[in-house]
Amino acid sequence: MKEFGYRRVKHVQEALALTANDTGARYLGGGTNLVDLMKDEIEAPSQLVDVRFLPLSGVREAPDGGLAIGATTSNSDAAAHPEVRRRYPALSQAVLAGASGQLRNMATVGGNLLQRTRCAYFADPSEPCNKRLPGSGCPALPGEHHNHAIFDWSRHCVATHPSDMAVALAAFDAVVHYETLDGPAEIPLSEFYLPVGDTPHRETALPPGALITAVSLPKSAACPRSRYRKVRERASYAFATVSVAAALELHDGLVGRVGIALGGVASRPWRARVAEAALHGEPFTGAGLRDAAEAELAAAKPLRDNGYKVTLARNLIVAVLTELAER
Amino acid sequence: MNDDGRSDISLRVNDVTHGLNVDNRTTLLDALRDALDLTGSKKGCDRGQCGACTVLLDGRRVVSCLTLAVAAEGTEITTVEGLAPDGELRPLQRAFIQLDGFQCGYCTSGQLCSAVGMLAEHAAGWPSAATVDVSADASAQELDAVEVRERMSGNLCRCGAYPSIVRAVLETADQQAVTR
Ligand SMILES: Cc1cc2nc3c(=O)[nH]c(=O)nc-3n(C[C@H](O)[C@H](O)[C@H](O)COP(=O)(O)OP(=O)(O)OC[C@H]3O[C@@H](n4cnc5c(N)ncnc54)[C@H](O)[C@@H]3O)c2cc1C
Ligand code: SF4
Ligand code: FES
Ligand code: FES
Repeated sequence: MKEFGYRRVKHVQEALALTANDTGARYLGGGTNLVDLMKDEIEAPSQLVDVRFLPLSGVREAPDGGLAIGATTSNSDAAAHPEVRRRYPALSQAVLAGASGQLRNMATVGGNLLQRTRCAYFADPSEPCNKRLPGSGCPALPGEHHNHAIFDWSRHCVATHPSDMAVALAAFDAVVHYETLDGPAEIPLSEFYLPVGDTPHRETALPPGALITAVSLPKSAACPRSRYRKVRERASYAFATVSVAAALELHDGLVGRVGIALGGVASRPWRARVAEAALHGEPFTGAGLRDAAEAELAAAKPLRDNGYKVTLARNLIVAVLTELAER
Repeated sequence: MNDDGRSDISLRVNDVTHGLNVDNRTTLLDALRDALDLTGSKKGCDRGQCGACTVLLDGRRVVSCLTLAVAAEGTEITTVEGLAPDGELRPLQRAFIQLDGFQCGYCTSGQLCSAVGMLAEHAAGWPSAATVDVSADASAQELDAVEVRERMSGNLCRCGAYPSIVRAVLETADQQAVTR
């Protein structure tokens, strides 16, 4: 690990000033991703600005009647919050499906969003990797990629975003709130993660030095009839192979608001807008659902060894929405 | 004095305060083991993957290998040594002994600290990924073997003592339910 300075901050402006004056400075949340990557010098900040003592923790009612989850709220506290569980249960389930009890106690909501899109080659400094060292190549493309992307990858990088939480946030139309020295700003989660293109090292639309302050969930997306289901290579404590977050409203057999997002299939949570559009406003039927799932997966471009994810994703959409409709 | 790479900190561990001058790179696990000679917490992976280094910070379980010592200042740290401060084992520890909750014992201090934190989380009404209905209105999920396995999945055991670990945790939960 490279040497670094450590600062605790109590005010947002203080945090912003520190990172503005030192481009090597990084914010420290729970450290579960950053400290891990620092051990191999994949990340080598000059300074850590510990954000956990900022007044950004906790879940509160948002002005529109939705919820705002502070950026330094622990993953555990977000998942256990009664209003998250009541109004956005798939979010609680998604957070609980990630990592372990210990890691969820440490991890913050802001840090979870900004954990690196990564793969085992990225984590191995002896390998080339376009994300770690732009232009060095992507060994996963010809190599081991059975758990990599099937949507929207480029030959520059085929890694998936590992966050479970972000998949549920995508299905619920969440908005990321942040501050820079220019003041507060916000960006919808659907535009937060950048397409891979030829710049896989640039992962989000967040300006340099920006501090995430909260994630908000709109009132209109609240949906007790929602569910997160994660398929992985063991029953617990593993990253997703494919996961789905879905929220479904039915009115007299007709599909009202429907939000579907897939995890483990792209460099960002994959909002299944094609399937949503096919379902919305139509009577809910098994055949219609299968067609909608099929239509979503039509755009998939599996790699040599991960075609199974196409079948898995299609079947998961069908299984989870069927279950929600039958409730 | 804090120069750029080092910090003077005080760590409160098992009710005792220790003043330390640490390299900022020092993990809490290394500070506990090397500087404070509290070697009960074990290093398995050093990457947050095995749970052997689990300790409690303000009563919550964390992995000490991904926690920086400087970042732990100001918390009440409890290690396995602090689970039986006066030499009197707690019911959880006695259950591990009686029910063979370990073989080599390398993972055990992490399992014990994790179980203490986990039982408190369950008592506080936190759901888990095994909880069928997470909605807040559902009555608290009873702790059964499926719930314990899910909630303890951050603690690996190379000896495969899992069945007895689950039994020991469930037995302790039953006793706590009686005495609550
Ligand atoms: C063994 C293991 C298993 C895991 N399994 C899963 C899993 O199954 N599913 C899953 O979803 N995740 C999993 N994770 C990842 C885990 O969820 C993330 O590491 C965690 O959520 C990151 O949060 P943090 O607060 O610890 O972030 P940190 O490591 O502190 O920070 C991560 C990044 O975010 C930046 N940052 C932090 N806070 C802010 C802020 N407020 N504003 C701006 N930038 C900020 C940091 O500078 C850093 O770049 C696993 C991790 C480990 C170690
Ligand atoms: S998939 Fe992306 S992260 Fe993995 S080796 Fe290729 S460029 Fe690096
Ligand atoms: S040593 Fe900390 S989790 Fe393995
Ligand atoms: S008892 Fe040997 S690793 Fe668990």
